[in-house]
Amino acid sequence: MENPKIKVQNLNLFIGKQQILKNVNVEIPEKKITIIIGPSGCGKTTLLKSLNRLTDIYEDINVQGNIFINNEDILNTKTDITILRKKMGLLSQRPYPLPMNIYDNIAYGLRISGRKQKKYLDKRVEHYLKQANLWDEVKDRLKSPASALSIGQQQRLCLARGLAVDPEIILADEPTSALDPISSQYIEEKFVQLKEHYTIIMVTHILRQARRIADYVVFMYLGEIIEQGTAEEFFNNPQQEKTKAYLKGLFN
Amino acid sequence: MKLRKVEEHVFLFLMRLSALLIGFALLAIIWSIFSKGLGSLNWQMISEVPKGGYYFGKEGGILNAIIGSLYLSLGATVLALVIGLPIALFINIHLSKRRRLVNVVRLILDILWGVPSIVYGAFGFTVMIFFGVKTSLMAGIIVITALILPIMIRSLDEVFKEVPMGLKEASYSLGSTKSETAYKVYVRQCVPGLVTAVLLSLGRGIGDAASVLFTSGYTDNIPTALDQPAATLPLAIFFQLGSPIPEVQNRAYAAAAVLTIIILVISILARIVGNKYQKNKIKA
Amino acid sequence: MKLSDLKISRQLRSKLHNKWMYLCFAVILILAPALLFGLYIKSAPLFEQNGFSEVIFSNEWKPLSGKFGFLSFILSSLWVTILALILSVPVCILTSIYLIYYAKGFVLKIMHPIIDILAGIPSVIYGVWGILMIVPMVSKDIAPFFGYETTGFSILSGAIVLAVMIIPFMLNILIEILRTVPEGLIESSLSLGASKWQTIKFVVVKKALPGIVSSIGLGLSRAFGETIAVLMVVGNVVQNPTNVFDAGYPLPALIANNYGEMMSIPMYDSALMLAALILFVIVLIFNILSRILIRRYEIKVA
Repeated sequence: MENPKIKVQNLNLFIGKQQILKNVNVEIPEKKITIIIGPSGCGKTTLLKSLNRLTDIYEDINVQGNIFINNEDILNTKTDITILRKKMGLLSQRPYPLPMNIYDNIAYGLRISGRKQKKYLDKRVEHYLKQANLWDEVKDRLKSPASALSIGQQQRLCLARGLAVDPEIILADEPTSALDPISSQYIEEKFVQLKEHYTIIMVTHILRQARRIADYVVFMYLGEIIEQGTAEEFFNNPQQEKTKAYLKGLFN
Repeated sequence: MKLRKVEEHVFLFLMRLSALLIGFALLAIIWSIFSKGLGSLNWQMISEVPKGGYYFGKEGGILNAIIGSLYLSLGATVLALVIGLPIALFINIHLSKRRRLVNVVRLILDILWGVPSIVYGAFGFTVMIFFGVKTSLMAGIIVITALILPIMIRSLDEVFKEVPMGLKEASYSLGSTKSETAYKVYVRQCVPGLVTAVLLSLGRGIGDAASVLFTSGYTDNIPTALDQPAATLPLAIFFQLGSPIPEVQNRAYAAAAVLTIIILVISILARIVGNKYQKNKIKA
Repeated sequence: MKLSDLKISRQLRSKLHNKWMYLCFAVILILAPALLFGLYIKSAPLFEQNGFSEVIFSNEWKPLSGKFGFLSFILSSLWVTILALILSVPVCILTSIYLIYYAKGFVLKIMHPIIDILAGIPSVIYGVWGILMIVPMVSKDIAPFFGYETTGFSILSGAIVLAVMIIPFMLNILIEILRTVPEGLIESSLSLGASKWQTIKFVVVKKALPGIVSSIGLGLSRAFGETIAVLMVVGNVVQNPTNVFDAGYPLPALIANNYGEMMSIPMYDSALMLAALILFVIVLIFNILSRILIRRYEIKVA
């Protein structure tokens, strides 16, 4: 691959004595949607979380190997972790709005980077809420608590919040699993639009979702990468037996 | 077969009796405090300081003790929050990966919680003598702070423990530092729990007698500076009840009623906030 | 340029906060050892002068002639504490089982605030209640019934007041403990044909036994150090109590009543600090043992 955005090399990850990721090597293309797919418990969420070093905050996790983002090895760097994380927006399985109002949820990331002028914030908040297709629904109640929104709206709020820190990469961990079909569709459509500007990495276990939006697919099984490639190759011409079996629906 | 049934019924009767006994005890306490104290409670009682000395003077009220108690307990609660909040956050955010250590710290805090207040008082008194400090508002505040600190930290700790991991991840993903996650996310998420912890500590602080007995002294006046002694409601009760003069004893009963009312109000407030918190938690 | 300035100030703030946090944390860790050390330093001279066994096992208490025998105070403390436990433990165990396994919703709704409020009532209020209600009751009703004569200021009054004080404390722990007994265990016992009461007696109590023991230990350590309430009703006479209607003089009361003179009589300060040290050590031992026993339940114990 030419100029991959992210390059994972020989990544091994242990929780206690259990090995969760086994010698993972992955390259992720820029400004495309990469889907990490596999049965539950295969380590896909863990892989996603190692990309912005959220693995740091868990007990007993030991990570070895290299993860290059823009050619900087984030596992062995002196760069402040908070700056690295700002390059990546995270959308998790369930939305976790910050305990503040809708406006402040979006403005939070800007404020902690030192942008505090009200006019600027107003503009940005509106911009990102529009990006997430949420503006029309909340423009009259920006000051009400984010927890009062529906789950689908909360997830879009979290997307807007993530975009507001101006990331280059969006990490999404089964972002539609808690949502109703309409909200799910919103998120999928949004991702397709967003890939023009962002590198998107999404974890899912829903094959059809992967077929709908993936440009590039990484298939994991029991902590190992079984196969990776463009969506076309992956779905139409899988190389590995396990991949074929998975595509036929033989795994869960 | 029959014997089994009889046994269960006997025990069920005893269980009901026990629960009833507990309810009855509370009623008896409140009834005896109020029936004796409310009669002596009037405007003069809560708006004047004692006249002619708290132990012998028949005139005046217990304003010195009310104000003294408020100064002491509020001062100590604020101090305990300023010290306790960072510790509780530290345990849950910075030490979250080191569960062994956290368990030891919790054990230490639980043990400190169990230290009798008279031990704090006696220790505080010897330290004061060592440094030549006189009994004062300041000394009282420091000792009560030490007394309520474990309560404050452990209650906050229990609240912070409940914050979902996903929220922590969300905060870090936006590029927050640990202290930003602590104060902008954790603290805001836990405001109701925080209020409950503060109320719990306040209630403990305002009601404790043994620790202030040694350290804050007693006076008929309202303190105007931190180095002056301060009267407190528990000691107003304790000292004035020992007087042979009925009018002075009445001041003690009035003080008991006032203290009980304060404690009841704190208890009810904590319950209301706590219930609200429960509701929020289910929603979240 | 401006942005990087801000970053530095943000990092600086974070650093300052971390310093304060470490300082606070250190204070908390040092507090207990400091208490122990301070009390020991102050009370050591008494040991050195009078010898350990004389201090603990003699009941000659004549501060003015340098005789400090703690036996009667220690005995009084034991009498009051153990009697309070005898009165409160059965009530707590029965009530906790009742609340968890038998009581209906509305009973719980009433009992929870009652327990909360009882737990919050200050010691001195319990003392006033003791003087107003328990002391007269002991003197007029209970003692005459058993053929004794007393003013009512007695070990028994102290124990009754103390029992009511530690009930909410122990009850809350017991309730938390019983809640950890797995539902499945109870169901499997019931499905074997055991009645509800048999299940409680043989399965629940057995499973919760370490927790029950440790709740008693915690109750004991709480009762042992309780000062003002007991002091107000127990009589405060230096003697070895022979029955529950005698007056007693527990250790905390000794400290509270005499601290005013502690600098005026030689060694008196050492003696009072020794009393505090004894209290502290006993409370510490029971607390640590109970907490360790209770640890495995992973419950919060207020």
